[in-house]
Amino acid sequence: MSDQIDGGLRSELQRQGIWVTSMEELYNWGRKNSIWPLQFGLACCAIEMIATAASRYDIARFGGEVFRPSPRQADLMIVAGTVTKKMAPQIVRLYNQMPDPKYVISMGACAISGGPFKQGYNVLKGIDRYIPVDVYIPGCPPRPEALLHAFMELQRKIDSQKLTGNAKAEHLDPMQPSEFPVPAFGAHDLEPAANPRLFQPPKIERS
Amino acid sequence: MTMESLEQIKTRVEAAVPGAKIDIIPNPGPAQQSSLLIDNEHAAAVAKFLRDDSALRLDFCSNATGVDWLDRTVKKTVKVKKIVDGEEKEIDETTEEFFPGYLEAVYHLYSMTHKHGPVIIRMRTADRAENARLPSLTPVYRSAEFQEREIFDLYGVRFDGHPDLRRILMWDEFVDYPMRKDYREPDDYEYEPTPHDDVLEKAKMHYSARPQLDGAENITAQS
Repeated sequence: MSDQIDGGLRSELQRQGIWVTSMEELYNWGRKNSIWPLQFGLACCAIEMIATAASRYDIARFGGEVFRPSPRQADLMIVAGTVTKKMAPQIVRLYNQMPDPKYVISMGACAISGGPFKQGYNVLKGIDRYIPVDVYIPGCPPRPEALLHAFMELQRKIDSQKLTGNAKAEHLDPMQPSEFPVPAFGAHDLEPAANPRLFQPPKIERS
Repeated sequence: MTMESLEQIKTRVEAAVPGAKIDIIPNPGPAQQSSLLIDNEHAAAVAKFLRDDSALRLDFCSNATGVDWLDRTVKKTVKVKKIVDGEEKEIDETTEEFFPGYLEAVYHLYSMTHKHGPVIIRMRTADRAENARLPSLTPVYRSAEFQEREIFDLYGVRFDGHPDLRRILMWDEFVDYPMRKDYREPDDYEYEPTPHDDVLEKAKMHYSARPQLDGAENITAQS
């Protein structure tokens, strides 16, 4: 907006009762202030998420209080807690069932990387192996303030998304996938162990 | 009212259940919680006696868990007096005893009626392979159902007489028993930012060799 109209002129007009905006700004303003999260929790991080939704921290101030019990009505998936390998296919399936545009917050050490259970036999080493993640929150568990910060970061991201042009948001590109393959239960591990389109292990060189 | 000692329980059980054979496994640790090793054939009858006996009334099985014992050799050194070259000398004699591995199920029993417990009972399988079977105590203690499923899932003990023996934590397609001491986890150590100990050894197999040093590592911060 700022590149199309002079900021001083805009505030002068606003003082006279005229509000100048763009379709994109209005559309993103509406989207970012009514993010409905999917109502599910996996471990202790979910307790912090519940605290965030309750009166003391009150995520309703940011328009995110309507936790939906159905993925069909949700905009945001907060992966709050340890993702076991038995649970991971169900998480991917829930993500696939959410309509576009959809966003993912990976909350806590376990959802990011497996956390303290990284070397365990039953814990996924990060949900970003199967679904794309928008905001990561470190912590074990992260405090409600951290979740609110992540929520505001997500609002900032939504606000900056373009609706047209080459740099438009991914969900508006018909070539971008909105569903991802659900891993199968293998004899020793999930198959495949990661989606290679989403996750490539960083190359570490060590002597 | 204090509970009778394990010796008294053993004597009474062996009198009440004909053919039952019970060993007392001492626990020399600080807990001092010795346990009763019951034979598999009479396990259900023994458990029923422990539950229904009016003095014991162990009506609550609070916990059932598994233990994996690998094959082990125990070395014992005994000082023996022997006559060597016509002279009596004290010589250390080392004997090795081999114990084949087995799996164990341990149950902690309490009494809600008399407010006493725990009485700990154990059962042992014949081996760690195809004879890893035990009688289920679920018909006696309903609360053991899920915990016996967990022992089956993680240790691979098959419980005869269990009403619904399936995996409970791992998925049905899983083939290993992950809590066994010789379990080897799948090798997915391609990305370990801070590996250590045996994880470091495994992770090293995935690392490429360090490139030629360019001297930058010798530069130190200037004060």
